[in-house]
Amino acid sequence: MKHSLQYITRYCLAVLVCAAFTNTVSAQTETDALMIPKNYFCAAGVYTHNSWDHYWEGTFKRDNANLGTVSSNIYAVGGNYGLSNRVNLLFMIPYIKSNASAGTLRGQRGVQDINLAVKWMAVKQEIGTGLFSVHAILSGSIPLNNYEADFLPLSLGMQSKSIALRGLVNYQVGRFFIAGAGQFVRKDNVTIDRDAYYTTEMHYTNQVAMPNVTNFLVSSGYRSLRFNAEAVLTKMTSTSGFDITKNNMPFISNKMNALAAGAVFKYSFSKLEGLELTAGGNYVLQGRNYGQNTSFFGGVYYVFSVKKDKSEK
Amino acid sequence: MKKNILHILPVMMIALSVFNSSCKKEIQERNQQYPALAPSNLDLDADTWTPVLTASSTFTVATPDVITAPGYLADLNEIKSYQRNLTSEQKDIIKYWSAGSVLRWNEILRELVAKHNVPPYQNQDGTYPAPSAANPLAYPLFPFSNPPYAARAYAYVSAAQYDALVQAWKFKKQFNRAAPYINDVNIQALVPKSTLPSYPSEDAVVAGVTADLMKLLFPGDLDFIQKKVAEEKLYRIMAGANTRSDMDAGEALGKQVAAVFAARARTDGAGTAGGNPEVWKSFETTATAKGEVPWVSLELPKRPPMLPLFTKVQPFLFSNASIPSIRPPAPYSTSSPEFKKEADEVLAMSNDHSREHERIVNYWADGVGTPTPSGHWNTIAADEFVKHNYSEVRWARNLALLNMAQMDAAIVCWDAKYYYFNPRPTQTMFNIKTLTGIPNFPSYTSGHSTFSGSAATVLGYLVPEKATQFMAMAKEAGMSRLYGGIHYRSDCDAGLASGIKVGEFAVNRAKTDGAGK
Repeated sequence: MKHSLQYITRYCLAVLVCAAFTNTVSAQTETDALMIPKNYFCAAGVYTHNSWDHYWEGTFKRDNANLGTVSSNIYAVGGNYGLSNRVNLLFMIPYIKSNASAGTLRGQRGVQDINLAVKWMAVKQEIGTGLFSVHAILSGSIPLNNYEADFLPLSLGMQSKSIALRGLVNYQVGRFFIAGAGQFVRKDNVTIDRDAYYTTEMHYTNQVAMPNVTNFLVSSGYRSLRFNAEAVLTKMTSTSGFDITKNNMPFISNKMNALAAGAVFKYSFSKLEGLELTAGGNYVLQGRNYGQNTSFFGGVYYVFSVKKDKSEK
Repeated sequence: MKKNILHILPVMMIALSVFNSSCKKEIQERNQQYPALAPSNLDLDADTWTPVLTASSTFTVATPDVITAPGYLADLNEIKSYQRNLTSEQKDIIKYWSAGSVLRWNEILRELVAKHNVPPYQNQDGTYPAPSAANPLAYPLFPFSNPPYAARAYAYVSAAQYDALVQAWKFKKQFNRAAPYINDVNIQALVPKSTLPSYPSEDAVVAGVTADLMKLLFPGDLDFIQKKVAEEKLYRIMAGANTRSDMDAGEALGKQVAAVFAARARTDGAGTAGGNPEVWKSFETTATAKGEVPWVSLELPKRPPMLPLFTKVQPFLFSNASIPSIRPPAPYSTSSPEFKKEADEVLAMSNDHSREHERIVNYWADGVGTPTPSGHWNTIAADEFVKHNYSEVRWARNLALLNMAQMDAAIVCWDAKYYYFNPRPTQTMFNIKTLTGIPNFPSYTSGHSTFSGSAATVLGYLVPEKATQFMAMAKEAGMSRLYGGIHYRSDCDAGLASGIKVGEFAVNRAKTDGAGK
């Protein structure tokens, strides 16, 4: 029992989950049950590569010789601070470069949105032979510069402020765990450069109402002190929005849905206390107004105590 | 566990309230804020204004019932029965349409253009299917309302609305029957009152003429169009502004005028402007023979050029024979140092990551899925005209001038594009990246610049206090194409100049059409 709690508290920021078309960035930390202890800080640097050459226009799957392969490289820095053993504060800032391998559209580059989160382990309870925990995560994102959102699929992001609430349950027996989470993301209107736009009708405004989003995930895997492996299935659904019509351009308020499968691996060095490496990938199995993205990521974390002699280790 | 719940609940409550109070979801769209139209001048002399096509046409409108006739009294009772219990939905309909008939139908047309402004998806073998007017709902949907098609659609609809209203004014004066709210004190005016005779209804005239032309231009959207007609007819009756007989007579007159314009549209050359493989090849041969690098489609698979024979479409403001005299001078030879210098400038723009350039490019892009550049100028005009409280007939006249100029600008521009068949910057310099999509037709001259030059010239004449501002916008629209990496500077300069020339034809018409300023 003591061991499994240690596993939970050992790890900090994990991976960036990045969505195609929009480069939606969120920290895996928000989606896992791992906490860091009070007065510890975890600094992270994560690299992610996304690419897709097929996408769904509505439900019609196609490729596009005028785009070729759309890719992005994301370099993110982040941190996780243990305000207490039960409350963690997190942030992440990604720098993104996007590119299309064919056609002439110019890739974008720049800092995207800052992601902030408060993660709270609300319940921690021994049940049977395992440890059951419930977490609530309140998070938000704020664009850090005025990049052009209305340039899909190469824009850095959606230029939308958002706030999200996630509930997460985790059950760990020995070194094996299973987890499930549900999230609702509420998005602010976005201001675009145009003075009018068409969705399924004309809108004479530069304001775009953004669909809210729900995210559900299940994950399962193995956690030991040194090594961690987990498989994740994610389902993202826009609660409103419209389909791209055939051969039309994507738009920021499209209904963007995706079902993705991924894996995360993590390794902690025994010799270099506090240093962790992570790697993994994600693949979109099914989408709507979405690129069939494959992503790979790798990250380096360093966990350290910000107050001396506070460690329980 | 109990202890947990005690502190979980309050925290969750706080989180939820933060959650629900953040993020704006309300949007006020400009066209929802337009006030009810209350013309500052009824333009009672509009029956003497010069129509576009129907100066010598004969139209018939039945003599209306006198206001004491049972038929008319029944019409009044219909209004009262609606007014007794208007639903909120019906009140919304009144609010929407009261901004003006010409204005709302112009918006509806822009919406149809945007919906249909999508190039067809390729066939399996890499060829492209062509939309068919005979089978508009089969893929690819008819029409592909690309910029020339759209400019022509705006012109026909606006010019026909104008002619129909000039004709309506004649009958209004002839029959001189007042509005229901004047004839019956128990009828409320739910729109601003007017002493303009109400038979035939100007709203119904506009609905009738527009719907019949839209059936020709957007034959796959009849259900939507008819719904709008029915809604507008109901609106005038519910608002106490017209009787059903005013509406029926107006709609019938509108349809008669539409027939004149539809007959012209069927034979104006637009139907064959797409050309065929031999025609497409001939442009290339001609350009090569002149020693120039010919334009090639940069799309994959290669798409046939957009409407290469649009130069043969019959303009509204001048004859096809005068097009060569308006045609801009030849562009820099593709082998000249000036050409290279201009291409270098485009490359520099492509490498310039200025956010202001991106904003300008995006604001004026008006590409796939939009009402096109000429539609954008209709939006700009509408936002301006709303402030001037024009009568319906002046609204129509001013939009007709704007849109005839823009259609003729399309003809002149497409003439130059295919006469010179000049390559896009990205065709000759592979390292140029663009900030917007590359349109599938030759470079010289810029369509955006030509449309905008013509539009700004007309709007500057109609609203002289804003002339400088409109021309500055036109220049920005042109430059947006250079910033975007898809046009040389000379494409934009020459396009703007020939657009202004075309606009002046419309201004000259405006000076003598009897409508005054």
